[in-house]
Amino acid sequence: MNAVAPMVVAHGLTKHFHDFVAVDHLDLSINAGEVVGFIGPNGAGKSTTIRMLCGLIQPSEGSATVAGFDVGKQAEAVREHIGYMSQKFSLYGDLTVRENLRFFSGIYRVPRREIGERMAFAITMAGLAGREDTLVRTLAGGWKQRLALGCAILHRPPVLFLDEPTSGVEPEARRRFWDLIHDLAAEGVTTLVSTHYMDEAEYCNRIALIDRGKLIALGSPRELRNLPLGGELFEIRCTPLGAALKVLIQAPGVVDAAIFGDALHVVLGVNHKGKNTLSAADLPNFLAQQGIHAEPAQQVLPSLEDVFVQLVTRGQEERDMS
Amino acid sequence: MNFRRLFALAYKETLQIWRDPRSLAIALLMPLMQMGILGYGVSLDIKHVPLCVYDQENSQQSRSLVQDFVSSGWFSISRRFEREADIRDAMDRGSCNAAIVVPVNFSRTLAMNGTAPVQAIFDATDVNTTNIALGYAQGVMAQASAELATRWAAAHGIQPSLVSQIDLEPSTWFNETLDSRYFIIPGVVAVILALVGAQLTSLTISREWERGTMEQLISTPVTALEVMLGKLTPYFMIGLIDAGFCLAAAIFWFHVPFRGNVITLFTTSMLFLIVVLGIGYLISVRIRSQLGASQVALLVTMLPTSLLSGYTFPIDQMPAAIQALTLVVYARYYVTILRGIFLKGSSLTDLWMPIAGLSVYALLIIWLAARAFHKRIN
Repeated sequence: MNAVAPMVVAHGLTKHFHDFVAVDHLDLSINAGEVVGFIGPNGAGKSTTIRMLCGLIQPSEGSATVAGFDVGKQAEAVREHIGYMSQKFSLYGDLTVRENLRFFSGIYRVPRREIGERMAFAITMAGLAGREDTLVRTLAGGWKQRLALGCAILHRPPVLFLDEPTSGVEPEARRRFWDLIHDLAAEGVTTLVSTHYMDEAEYCNRIALIDRGKLIALGSPRELRNLPLGGELFEIRCTPLGAALKVLIQAPGVVDAAIFGDALHVVLGVNHKGKNTLSAADLPNFLAQQGIHAEPAQQVLPSLEDVFVQLVTRGQEERDMS
Repeated sequence: MNFRRLFALAYKETLQIWRDPRSLAIALLMPLMQMGILGYGVSLDIKHVPLCVYDQENSQQSRSLVQDFVSSGWFSISRRFEREADIRDAMDRGSCNAAIVVPVNFSRTLAMNGTAPVQAIFDATDVNTTNIALGYAQGVMAQASAELATRWAAAHGIQPSLVSQIDLEPSTWFNETLDSRYFIIPGVVAVILALVGAQLTSLTISREWERGTMEQLISTPVTALEVMLGKLTPYFMIGLIDAGFCLAAAIFWFHVPFRGNVITLFTTSMLFLIVVLGIGYLISVRIRSQLGASQVALLVTMLPTSLLSGYTFPIDQMPAAIQALTLVVYARYYVTILRGIFLKGSSLTDLWMPIAGLSVYALLIIWLAARAFHKRIN
């Protein structure tokens, strides 16, 4: 990327709903052509942030600019430059594919001589050739989502905000959807896309982790993986899981432990190895003393989910202490 | 304000109305049904009151009197009896509301005295109907008496003018036959337009919120004014079609005399449509569920329009406080305008007062509606 101004900038962006703080002093900067994944549990503030960036919700505090326009004061200018897909499917189910596209072409004032070409592009992109006159409500989820994306980019916006575009869509359709996002990114479109599928984080240039309205980490998938967990990560299969978790979380040398599928993920401290701290090799014996059957521990590379769980827990502990 | 966006919205809305059976029914069937129900059902006239006759004399003269009742059109003979007790029975069973008893020596008494008593009996359980029927009966009798008196006087060699010295000549203008239908039908048109107009538009914004399409729409550069005008345009067209239909039905089907100017009629109807569509739109913006919006629309149109517009209950007979209240009922202005155009042939200048009232209302509603919708999620 050239040294151009970032396409999306948020400074201390905050939204209160009465006493509830949905988004808490969020800072974010997204460069042109970047695909940033917005990841966090339900209710973390992803949708609220995206809606503020689209000018649909007035921020309580802080400011943000999109394509250089202030979302609070120049909302209409912002809307000229963005494409938005809301969380809920939001095309007109009682109109056909073509009618929806024509409607949004009119609303976005797509130049008349380009309408045909852009509609054709959207139809091909969504894989809806031959189904132009089908009522949209009869389409399957994946097609609907791709058509919604097609409608959102008819006016070739430089910035795209996609709020959980792939939720409830089957995996194959999700993959195809991400291919489309990358095609657009290759053309320079800046994208902020929220998801709660961890595997989708891998498709992003950068990931913004958000929990309880706070941005808790921002970086490329690789950077996030290498975020110091405070030790090395091991996976250990044992039964019963719950008892093992209770024992390990208080054991010397254990930084963190969490259930991961049918096994435990244990972070062992690297820096403070002493006599009475556990090493990976000690784990099965240590557990056996507590009457828990365990297989040998395997070192694993942390997944983003591990990182996320770690960061969320740490955040909670910090909150509890203060 | 961009006409392409406005057109895109209007076209989209038209397609949606066309594909929504509920909207279509409200737009096209409701006026038809309402016109039928209200046009035929609501009438303050009492016609063909079932009348029982107990003609004890059964002479030519008594039969002629009974015939006078029938030919007035207000009564129709349901039964003839030979015993007084039968009348009581028939009244109890409800097969007649009125009865006349002509005494056995009717024509003889009449010939001797120039006057003779005839008994009329009314079932007064329905006071309103009875009062009107009683009035009709007195009218029939008065006319019959006048004719008889003239003839009696002639037979006795007295100048007729000396007998009937006071000759009341009632003269009614504008609704010469005193047909309450002429009075009511223009009001029915107002009720239907208010009901249909507000019902249709009350759903237009709430439907988009409910279906989630609004969030997409407001993320585009479309302006609030374009949304309002784009959405209301198709409903305005439907309103005009409905107005045309209702007014045509009033003139050609119910034969309400039309003495005014068609252009006056349509300009004032457009003004009224702006008010009702605006009210429906305001409701739709404020209430985000379709059901709630539609019920509120029903409440704010049906109740005041049918009770306080003067369409059935004359405003000048209401208590002063209620009369003052009718000033905020937009339909009263249109009802006044319609009656004026239909029955009196009033022109725009004759009707300047109600037109001014309606215009103020329209401006207020447009102003409120244009400010009501915000492209924000609450």
